[in-house]
Amino acid sequence: MKLTVQVWRQAGPGAPGRFERHVVDGIEPHLSVLELLDALNEQLIDSGAEPVAFESDCREGICGACGVTVDGEAHGREDNVPSCHQRLSGYADGSILRIEPLRAGAFPVVRDLIVDRGALDDLIRAGGHVAVDAGTAPDADALPVGEERAELALDFAACIGCGACVAACPNGAAHLFAGSKLMHLSLLPLPSLERQRRVVAVVDELEELFGPCSNYGECARACPAGIPLTAIAAVNHERLLAGLQRRL
Amino acid sequence: MRFFARPGKPDAAAQHGPAVPATPPPWRAPASAAPGVRIGTVLDGRLPGGDPATAWDRRRAAYKLVSPLNTKKFTVVVVGTGLAGAGVAAALGELGYQVHAFTYHDSARRAHSVAAQGGINAARARKVDGDSLHRFVVDTVKGGDFRAREAEAYRLAQESVRVIDHMNAIGAPFAREYGGTLATRSFGGVQVSRTYYTRGQTGQQLQIAGAQALQRQVHRGTVALHTRTEMLDLVVDDGVCRGVVARDLATGQVWVQPAHAVVLATGGYGSVYFHSTLAMNSNATAVWRAVRRGASLAHASFVQFHPTALPISSHWQSKTILMSESLRNDGRIWVPARSGDARPPADIPEDERDYYLERKYPSFGNLSPRDISSRAAKEQIDAGHGVGPLRNSVYLDFADAIGRLGREVLEARYGNLFDMYAHATGEDPYSVPMRIAPGAHFTMGGLWTDYDQMTAIAGLFVGGEAGWAYHGANRLGANSLLSACVDGWFTLPFSIPNYLSGQLGSRLPDAGDACVREAYARVRARTDALIGVGGRLAASHFHRELGEIMYADVGVARTAEGLARAIERIRELRGRFWREVAIPGSGAQVNQALERAGRVADFLELAELMAVDALDRQESCGAHFRTEHADAGEARRDDQRWAFASAWSVDGAERPGGAMTFTRHAEPLSYQAVPLATRSYR
Repeated sequence: MKLTVQVWRQAGPGAPGRFERHVVDGIEPHLSVLELLDALNEQLIDSGAEPVAFESDCREGICGACGVTVDGEAHGREDNVPSCHQRLSGYADGSILRIEPLRAGAFPVVRDLIVDRGALDDLIRAGGHVAVDAGTAPDADALPVGEERAELALDFAACIGCGACVAACPNGAAHLFAGSKLMHLSLLPLPSLERQRRVVAVVDELEELFGPCSNYGECARACPAGIPLTAIAAVNHERLLAGLQRRL
Repeated sequence: MRFFARPGKPDAAAQHGPAVPATPPPWRAPASAAPGVRIGTVLDGRLPGGDPATAWDRRRAAYKLVSPLNTKKFTVVVVGTGLAGAGVAAALGELGYQVHAFTYHDSARRAHSVAAQGGINAARARKVDGDSLHRFVVDTVKGGDFRAREAEAYRLAQESVRVIDHMNAIGAPFAREYGGTLATRSFGGVQVSRTYYTRGQTGQQLQIAGAQALQRQVHRGTVALHTRTEMLDLVVDDGVCRGVVARDLATGQVWVQPAHAVVLATGGYGSVYFHSTLAMNSNATAVWRAVRRGASLAHASFVQFHPTALPISSHWQSKTILMSESLRNDGRIWVPARSGDARPPADIPEDERDYYLERKYPSFGNLSPRDISSRAAKEQIDAGHGVGPLRNSVYLDFADAIGRLGREVLEARYGNLFDMYAHATGEDPYSVPMRIAPGAHFTMGGLWTDYDQMTAIAGLFVGGEAGWAYHGANRLGANSLLSACVDGWFTLPFSIPNYLSGQLGSRLPDAGDACVREAYARVRARTDALIGVGGRLAASHFHRELGEIMYADVGVARTAEGLARAIERIRELRGRFWREVAIPGSGAQVNQALERAGRVADFLELAELMAVDALDRQESCGAHFRTEHADAGEARRDDQRWAFASAWSVDGAERPGGAMTFTRHAEPLSYQAVPLATRSYR
């Protein structure tokens, strides 16, 4: 099939951007949006033009490197699916796709479709870790974790860090991302020992770098890892608990 | 029989049984069948000697230490932030070293360790299923078809115990039994249950735990994390590694990071096959640059092809997604009995189907090991029995299982996999058989290192899939996450300080040193050469063509004739690349065409060595199957002549498209605890 791509071009951070229009032929419906970009780029380079810069890596929906906005939707028109798995089968032959970067105040454009999502790592760096040094851990069987608790921790730990939640949020909030990390670690025996310290550090950074949460729920609709919306409530829940414990 | 490792005297082996070397001294390397290959030296892996079960304890006891007051005086570069890289960078940071960690990703968490599905093995041996440290070693050494280092398999087994404890402590939510203890499952190639897991995303959970431990050290100020930064060369001064040259992928700036020691934890090189289960950016550049600087590459052609990858169905499909091999528990693999039969699967009656695995390997059937299943599939495809639009796949059919167990049971067992398949192909595997094909997956080969994981270049260490010593000619499932974790958290943090202890007070090189200026100049010259080609074709054309050559002749089954042909074709393609490749834009900005072209240029050199290694090794072992060296279609190992690791060094003008000469060094392999034996699955 033949598709028309309207793709965002931007030379660098702060540079003016614009849409460019290209036609890509010989595409098959089971291919992904990113494979469409592969085809476009080979066509561009072969004609001496610079390819559209975009990020992607595992193409299996687990690394979180990819993320573009397709027709206004973070990752693409299908909910809870990363860009690398957004198939073209929903588009009729001759359709137009508008592809642009993930849009969020906290994610400045690096080039074309690449954005800087470093603010997410700033949250992790602030407190999304566990203070146990190599070799000092106790026996993992000596700290039992209930099966359901372990599975629930994994529901939150499944976050792939793609940033679609932030881009989908009208406020540019990262509560789904931050809440999933807080819940993941609060549910496990050793990591939960730093629960209080962690939430204070992470929330300070969260409020500094991202927008506020107004419970729109767009984040959970876009999330390719299916992080439950309860993660956003967890941010305030964990903060409240920490505040209470401090007073005691 | 010995069940547990116990500290012993160096001559403990003598008490436990004969320690007869596999080959009598003096050892002589066989001549090469590959034209132009030079025979090099006999390598000393500096193994501790004596009982392999106690080797690691004895070696650790002998390691020299660096005082906690002095650790901050040392700078260590770690390239790659996967399980091995993030682990060693964090562990050294915890010890107080000044660490510079490099990743080409925007975030340390995205390294391809993240994509591993099944699990991580550990010889904790808590259950009463007969598992033990020794049993783990037997499985690993046998599974690797006796081309790995036995003593390193023991280290892997021994350290596996606390890998699980550590990864659990730093945040990996391992699956648990209802009683709260760790859950395990079985995996291919073993008869015990020693695989720890977090659903089908074990790699992701270990990787996230490791990456956040790394971020903790960044927060503490011990690790400087350089994201979007790709290592392009090493600084080597008179055989000693003194730093790296890297390119900032966002700004194009090329810079030098001096160091007292460098770790390459840059993963495997399966992407040389173009279509593989690896990530789009996985590449061999760091490893190949090290070879170009004087390191050697061991077992270059030992590549595992996963039998249950999705086949390529169209030109633009970018990879062969892996489908878990657990599907083979209930799926039956078949092809049409008549070559060229193009009928839809439902129209092919039962007696016109060939369930070839069940026919050839009645005792293991559809659960035959990865290398054997991949080979059998390729035979069928090559003989014209392949199915699908490109006739390059075989059926994996669940109709019997659905009839026997019902659709609900299959949904519960494999629902997510069936969904992924339907998503990727647009076909419903509940009603139409899946189509699968062998896909390049894991490279057992890698940079040759000694027992301390140091390469032939002093101060250059290796961890994870970039190394070579654990998996021999075939890797067992769930041993790759383990080897990366053991290297990163519990091997390199001991062996690197031992090396550094002799470097106290040594000055780091700076821009005034010739070694730094030369390394920088090499990278600039190479970038200029690539951009200067000014051709008309994207690097992807050459990469795709290279993949076709590699799958055809350096793939699942290899012949002398095919390998010789591959070498010629790779050389020709490399010449064409350096005349015709197009790289629009400049080097002073984000330029993914340049990144890609640099990686493809290195693949085009590495690929030739892989073909030479495969041609040189005149035996079949594990994943390396030479059609000429087989008994009734089964691999025939030659322990008399080939029980050694080939470690290749490369000479030749490092100019665009230039010719290379290869020297094969050899490390003889001997086995004390696991007697040499032939694998059989019939």
